[in-house]
Amino acid sequence: MIGIFKSMYITFATMLRKPVTIEYPAKHRDVPQRDRAFPILLWDKDVDEPFCTGCHACERACPVECMTVTMKDNPLHADGKSDRRKIVDEFWIDYGRCMRCNICVEVCNFEAIAMNNTWAGHELSTFDRNDLVLDLQQLLAQHKQGKIDEWVAE
Amino acid sequence: MVQERGPDTVDINVNMGPQHPSTHGVFRMVLTIDGERVIDVEPHIGYMHRGAEKLSENMDYRAAIGYQDRTDYLAQFLTEQAYCMAVEKLLELEVPERSEYIRVILCELNRVTSHLMFLGAFGIDLGYFGTSFTYGFRERERLQDIFEEVTGERMMYGYFRPGGLAWDVPDNFVQMIRDVLPHTRQGLKDLDMLMTQNEIVAARTKGIGAMNLEDSINWGLSGPMLRAAGSDWDLRKDKPYSIYDRFDYDIPVGSHGDVFDRYLVRLEEAYQSLRIVEQALDQLPDGPIMPEKMPRRLRGPDAEVYAAVEGPRGEYGIYIVSKGGDKAYRLKIRAPSFCNLAALRDMTVGNYVADAVAILGSIDIVLCDVDR
Ligand code: SF4
Ligand code: SF4
Repeated sequence: MIGIFKSMYITFATMLRKPVTIEYPAKHRDVPQRDRAFPILLWDKDVDEPFCTGCHACERACPVECMTVTMKDNPLHADGKSDRRKIVDEFWIDYGRCMRCNICVEVCNFEAIAMNNTWAGHELSTFDRNDLVLDLQQLLAQHKQGKIDEWVAE
Repeated sequence: MVQERGPDTVDINVNMGPQHPSTHGVFRMVLTIDGERVIDVEPHIGYMHRGAEKLSENMDYRAAIGYQDRTDYLAQFLTEQAYCMAVEKLLELEVPERSEYIRVILCELNRVTSHLMFLGAFGIDLGYFGTSFTYGFRERERLQDIFEEVTGERMMYGYFRPGGLAWDVPDNFVQMIRDVLPHTRQGLKDLDMLMTQNEIVAARTKGIGAMNLEDSINWGLSGPMLRAAGSDWDLRKDKPYSIYDRFDYDIPVGSHGDVFDRYLVRLEEAYQSLRIVEQALDQLPDGPIMPEKMPRRLRGPDAEVYAAVEGPRGEYGIYIVSKGGDKAYRLKIRAPSFCNLAALRDMTVGNYVADAVAILGSIDIVLCDVDR
């Protein structure tokens, strides 16, 4: 009998403690700075072009092959505004397949890609799974608008 | 003349699973019952098979880490540790001190989260209807938050790398853990109070599904399952890997090998893991996290290696056959859940149907680990 009363005691004592949960869709807890949602591309504000040179390093290293990159000659380099000879032409990432492993960020030599560390990177449900394939403009949008304070490990 | 005769009885097949709340995943048992007693069990596995071993053979040593996380998804750091140890053995990499300490801290905390998950789910199997589960989850979440601060992910960390770690821990790492440890202790104590002396739990677990030491060894059980039967076999002590020989901790051992002893062993193990974490936090040195001479591409020689860690479910081992190149030629995972599950029939036959649930719960299987 004593054991049962002990169990009852701990149950009622817990009832009096402060709740540890929050009501999620209404409230959002802070995500840590290193949060790894999905990869996004970064925007070089000084030159007004993406950092990405389309070098395919991330595409080759991705374990699930969810990225597609193509490269083109940089028109701004011809005008002398940028020192990037080549630049990304098209870029797709299939968020439906990405396993958020951070390897693309690690292999990029130009610090052109980072993991989204905001809630916008988590709440991505769509009705059509094709909407989860993001193109270059969509991938750049968040950093271009200054919504991301990215964290990249040295 | 009509002969006096009792009613005929027939054995009935009862299907349990694949979608059943007490099977902890997608697992199917076909029970043959005689009244309330189980007289035969036929387990069906394979619903979660994704070919993790084959997938890992198709990608280089770094990219395959992500797939190790996804086998035993309650002890991700330990699976990464086993995999990284195997690759380090293969490439003869020396892991820096600091990385070893951080790995041990995270692995032991991960063992605690896994055991909290077990204690919670075990309560459900015995009929607590969520009380123990919410207690276990409450404390697990606090530790999960630390993992998220460190790695950026809540479940599939992908944080260890052959040779060390992907990046260093945040500055407040030590303080963060010290702040949480009292909560974790309290949470374990809550669960202890809730279940250990409870007469109903005792009636449901004591003497149920007992397996003696000899049978346990013959079935190849490992981890808490084996220790509950009376052996003190623990890879951390008996085949010291990493830096476990520097800490002072005990290996809890049971005596009856029944469901209750398995519960007690796991509870005590969680306390002991916290002891290791505290010692490791005190000793945590500064320094680099990756070896100085790290090859840019990991290329293995012609060799075969085996590395195993003591996971929360038992010996989690990785066997790599390399034929040169940056991929494993063959990768085999020794999954503790699979080996422990093999003994299910011997433990269950002769018990009641309701006990079958408790016995299955006490094995603490992770179906992704069983099926890989
Ligand atoms: S995070 Fe991993 S899976 Fe996702 S795109 Fe990058 S490399 Fe591929
Ligand atoms: S994101 Fe980096 S690695 Fe990937 S194509 Fe662009 S520059 Fe190369």
